Amino acid sequence: MAAPMLRWVGRGRLWTFARVDGGSCHRREAPTGSTSNWIRGQSSVAQQPLYTTQKPRKGEHKWAAVVGLEIHAQISSNSKLFSGSQVRFSAPPNSLVSFFDASLPGTLPVLNRRCVEAAVMTGLALNCHINKKSLFDRKHYFYADLPAGYQITQQRLPIAVNGSLTYGVCAGKKQSQVIPKTVRIKQIQLEQDSGKSLHDDLRSQTLIDLNRAGVGLLEVVLEPDLSCGEEAATAVRELQLILQALGTSQANMAEGQLRVDANISVHHPGEPLGVRTEVKNLNSIRFLAKAIDYEIQRQINELENGGEILNETRSFHYQLGCTMSMRDKEGKQDYRFMPEPNLPPLVLYDATSLPAGADPQQVINIDQIRETLPELPSVTRERLVQQYGMLLEHSFTLLNEVGLLEFFQNVIKETRAEPKKVTSWVLNTFLGYLKQQNLAVSERCGSDVYTEESKCSDSEQPFMDALTVCDVNVFSLLGAASPVTPSALAELLDLLDSRTISSAAAKEVFEELWKREGKTPGQIVSEKQLELMEDRGALEQLCHSMMEAHPQVVMDLKKGNPRAINKLIGLVRKATQSRADPAMIKEILEKKLSS
Amino acid sequence: MWSRLVWLGLRAPLGGRQGFTSKADPQGSGRITAQVIEHLERLALVDFGSCEAVARLEKAIAFADRLRAVDTDGVEPMESVLEDRCLYLRSDNVVEGNCADELLQNSHRVVEEYFVAPPGNISLPKLDEQEPFPHS
Repeated sequence: MAAPMLRWVGRGRLWTFARVDGGSCHRREAPTGSTSNWIRGQSSVAQQPLYTTQKPRKGEHKWAAVVGLEIHAQISSNSKLFSGSQVRFSAPPNSLVSFFDASLPGTLPVLNRRCVEAAVMTGLALNCHINKKSLFDRKHYFYADLPAGYQITQQRLPIAVNGSLTYGVCAGKKQSQVIPKTVRIKQIQLEQDSGKSLHDDLRSQTLIDLNRAGVGLLEVVLEPDLSCGEEAATAVRELQLILQALGTSQANMAEGQLRVDANISVHHPGEPLGVRTEVKNLNSIRFLAKAIDYEIQRQINELENGGEILNETRSFHYQLGCTMSMRDKEGKQDYRFMPEPNLPPLVLYDATSLPAGADPQQVINIDQIRETLPELPSVTRERLVQQYGMLLEHSFTLLNEVGLLEFFQNVIKETRAEPKKVTSWVLNTFLGYLKQQNLAVSERCGSDVYTEESKCSDSEQPFMDALTVCDVNVFSLLGAASPVTPSALAELLDLLDSRTISSAAAKEVFEELWKREGKTPGQIVSEKQLELMEDRGALEQLCHSMMEAHPQVVMDLKKGNPRAINKLIGLVRKATQSRADPAMIKEILEKKLSS
Repeated sequence: MWSRLVWLGLRAPLGGRQGFTSKADPQGSGRITAQVIEHLERLALVDFGSCEAVARLEKAIAFADRLRAVDTDGVEPMESVLEDRCLYLRSDNVVEGNCADELLQNSHRVVEEYFVAPPGNISLPKLDEQEPFPHS
């Protein structure tokens, strides 16, 4: 494991529902214009999207890419995996380090119960088989941020194996169909994190902070069932949501709580797998997709030009949008795995095998943990569809944007309006404003964290539009700092529902609310006099005068052009400053015309 | 044995790294090749500074090889001598840490509460650059 570089890289953005332009294996067209090799519309798990080469050649070869991911998620716990020092994101250097973490002689590892429970919960949520007996091993390599010279991990017999992760990919004409795909999980293991290295190139030295050394990690190894950046990103996003729902990890990529390494190779379908490269330094879901697609294309180009792929480690450079070889890796590493001599096997129990009279603190019951599993994202989505009659893709969006689901549920609680109306307003209007604003500051991370928008070029814009706020927990943004609170939106929707205002007026009110002037919807409506005209008589008069003022249009109508009425309706609406219900206007006009 | 070592010692500076067996032969003579020594030195950062060290290594391997005399057919290997013990589970409380000053005293160089290390791993000098000593 090469040094995790502590250069301050830009924060990535949160991946919504995989609506990627360019580089997407599910939608790309063959550049030469020949019949596309892409799977369009429905695709199944078995079909592998295929790539064509960039340069047109005679008799194009089809390429298939194979992507395997190794995901490290920092366990959300108070103390570290084998020691009692604190787990915290920021603290003075080396202040959260115990003698064991510093690898002083005479210290021994003591396993943290919470970490084991977290591993079991995650394994159960990912449909894994939980090994009732698992073992710890030492993985040896030398690096300054690994004071012991080895990492305690679970190589021979990990805690969970053979699971699956189901994720949904956007497809179809308007990217509105959800296609479920599954990636198999090879194993989940407990292991220690290393410290952090800060490279000081100026003085040719490295500064080591061991605060992170010894923090518990869950390594989730995915089988190479993925075939492009989009699939990988969506799968990782789903895993992130699951971990967050379980509470086993906050899985925040920007804070390094979720790290992904990708193993990528290409081959012609039917032929053996190609040489793979490992890509590291992927610290946002967006870059994960970019890096994988870049690397796939690089390998294809290299092989098409008669070159060969070296089995090496490459680092993704987000500014250049490319992967580069990490030359400081000395050939193939021999980790000299050996059993951890200081730790006996980890034994887990279930309801049937639980020893009688055992100290509950000292035993872990898999069945008990299974019963306490919270609702997983896929179940939440199903429930939203059933309960509120929304489309599946809406449920994906609600869950994908951090804090949005809670916002939505708070609005539902306080409003009389129909759930479908709430869904539409939250997902279209509210989310639309959030995206438009290109929110630059996240409440949680403080003021010096910023997203990529400021750095991206114009060509990136379509990509950027597909993503929303940055890859940190912005619930604080939506909850506390959001210009429109759930109560305000609820009140607005009530006004709409009770037909006090028209929907056009409601949009105006919303815009006013967004300005954060502290007024309630009711206040804005009365200030701007946006109430719907209740006086039918006055409306009838207005319609009458409008009809007199535009005899041409009336003639058109009488001649049999039904669409001319829309012009009249528009004129009346303008005259009423959108304070009349268009349906009522239409009704009055039609009555007058027929009389 | 010594004459053999001297012979190989003469060969070594000429870049002759081939031993006469490809790897330490478990059953046989227990000869360790120069390649293996170099590999071990890089992995474990142990300096086999002399041929006595290599000879000692060979003897150690031969000693351990005697384990093979035991018939272990159908016997499940042990993981460790602790395997029947109970693995103690600690509750998730913060009880340690906050001793940066003490820990930093162990470091040769310190910069503002960080340990100081050279940039990246220092690669070992190549065999040709080292003073050639006879590997067996």
